[in-house]
Amino acid sequence: MSASTTPTSATEDPPRSRVGIGQRLLRLVQPLVLLFPAGVWLALLLVIPTLMILELSLHPGQRPGAAITPYGLGNYLQIFQPTYLQVMWRSFYFAIVTTVICVLLGFPVAYWIAVMAPKKWQNLLLVCFVLPLWTSSLLRSYAWITILRPTGVINSFLGLFGIPQQDLLYQDLSVLIGMSYNFLPYMVLILYASLEKLDKRLLEAAADLGANPQQAFRKITIPQTLPGVAAGSFLVFITSIGDFVVPELLGGASSMTTARLIYNQFLGATRNWGFGSGLSMLLILAVSISIALLLKYGDRDPDLL
Amino acid sequence: MDQRRPPSWQFILTLLMFGYMYLPILVLGVFSFNASPYSAGWSGFTLSWYGRFFNDSKILAALQDSLFVAFISVVISAILGTTMAVGLAKYRFPGKGLYRGVSYLPLIVPDIAIAVATLVFLAFMGIPLSIWTVVAAHVVFCLAYIALVVSTRLAGLNPHLEEAALDLGATPAQAFIKVLLPQLMPAIVSGCLLAFVLSMDDFLISSFTAGGGVTTLPMEIYSRVRTGVKPDVNALSVFLIGVSGGLAFLAEFIRHRGEQRRLGG
Repeated sequence: MSASTTPTSATEDPPRSRVGIGQRLLRLVQPLVLLFPAGVWLALLLVIPTLMILELSLHPGQRPGAAITPYGLGNYLQIFQPTYLQVMWRSFYFAIVTTVICVLLGFPVAYWIAVMAPKKWQNLLLVCFVLPLWTSSLLRSYAWITILRPTGVINSFLGLFGIPQQDLLYQDLSVLIGMSYNFLPYMVLILYASLEKLDKRLLEAAADLGANPQQAFRKITIPQTLPGVAAGSFLVFITSIGDFVVPELLGGASSMTTARLIYNQFLGATRNWGFGSGLSMLLILAVSISIALLLKYGDRDPDLL
Repeated sequence: MDQRRPPSWQFILTLLMFGYMYLPILVLGVFSFNASPYSAGWSGFTLSWYGRFFNDSKILAALQDSLFVAFISVVISAILGTTMAVGLAKYRFPGKGLYRGVSYLPLIVPDIAIAVATLVFLAFMGIPLSIWTVVAAHVVFCLAYIALVVSTRLAGLNPHLEEAALDLGATPAQAFIKVLLPQLMPAIVSGCLLAFVLSMDDFLISSFTAGGGVTTLPMEIYSRVRTGVKPDVNALSVFLIGVSGGLAFLAEFIRHRGEQRRLGG
């Protein structure tokens, strides 16, 4: 036995050690090959630009091509003017109301699909529900213009019953309709993932122990899906607080939001890059705070992020 | 027995919400065939909006720009995003948390902030805006989405298969290409489709990074619809919704089949 193993190991040893050295070298090179290109791309086009607008935000009233203004907090102080505070507040208000609407409408839908619908249809139902997400958000908002405008679908329908024309478009209401329409699929997707994981034996156990369905829902379903609700709310909140397309297309001049204000500082009439950068940093800060809250109180499941 | 029970309120609400989701798409579809351009009433069937849209050189040029940007960005992102996801799953190194955090940023930071930052960066570097600056900016978010989809898949893979290949004498490159890549393919493809659709849909980042000569489709659509309803946009919408709906189903189908195969094998 030993006579047969010794020769084979002797013949196999040299190539194995060569592979060993090669592999050790590759072990150093491989991570670099895999991680360096994407890392450089992200550093150049994401990290450095973000640091640049942070720096730019400290130059009050900096305009493109103008002489560099001295450092100061002027851009951030400008945000505290009542007009701009109102704009910030409106962004926050749209985001919060959209989130609440999406939870209230999305939970029963996700619940029905995940718990009550026939098992074999669940996947298809979910896919169909989120399918509109794949279509252009501009076009989806445009479709709402067609529906809500003074001579649009709803007003024509109301007209059949002699109801006078309603001003539905270019209001806060139309922004909220458009936003909840755009973000409801995200909420349903995340709540579905959370409800699907729900341990149904717990519900049966509760029923066996004499709990009625409402009690079981309150004591088991809600606590178990709360992390999902938190993750979904977070996602809807951060996407709607920075949304530009919906308030721009469906909102009137009075529905100015932070994203629209930033847009105007760069591509619109007022070319105040310093102030625009300050506002962008504020938006990033708002999003970061929501992430911190989510990580503290929410589900750590990376699938949900 | 089941049929006699009154439907639950959850069912009715779900039905209503399906209606809510599809109403706007339905409306666009119906109006794209409506002869009257401005009224909401039905005044006869026409295909003229489609004819107009297919002969609209501005729309076709914008479509071409968009397809170019989306295609190149997705190809670059597929490579960068996949290697990044694999690298992050395989290795531990100092600063890994930071790297991973940065890679999630494009999914979280609002588009407007990314768009502004990229514009400021390009302006300060003196890089002239062109279609390539749009591509560079699109790669940032495309690679993040592809990496996300790929790393979800990686988490569910059997790591021993690649080790086995290495033990059997495959070089790391061979093991990567012959063992890992085929297993990741469904995730890469569905990630690419998602990134493609997102790139085609992006309005803000393109507007901030496109030079004078470049107009992507969302930019063209935006400039038309911000002033109200344009009937030829209806035809365009139906066309685009059809294409992206098809892509969505394809992505879901590939992902689903990949999952089944994984569970089966």
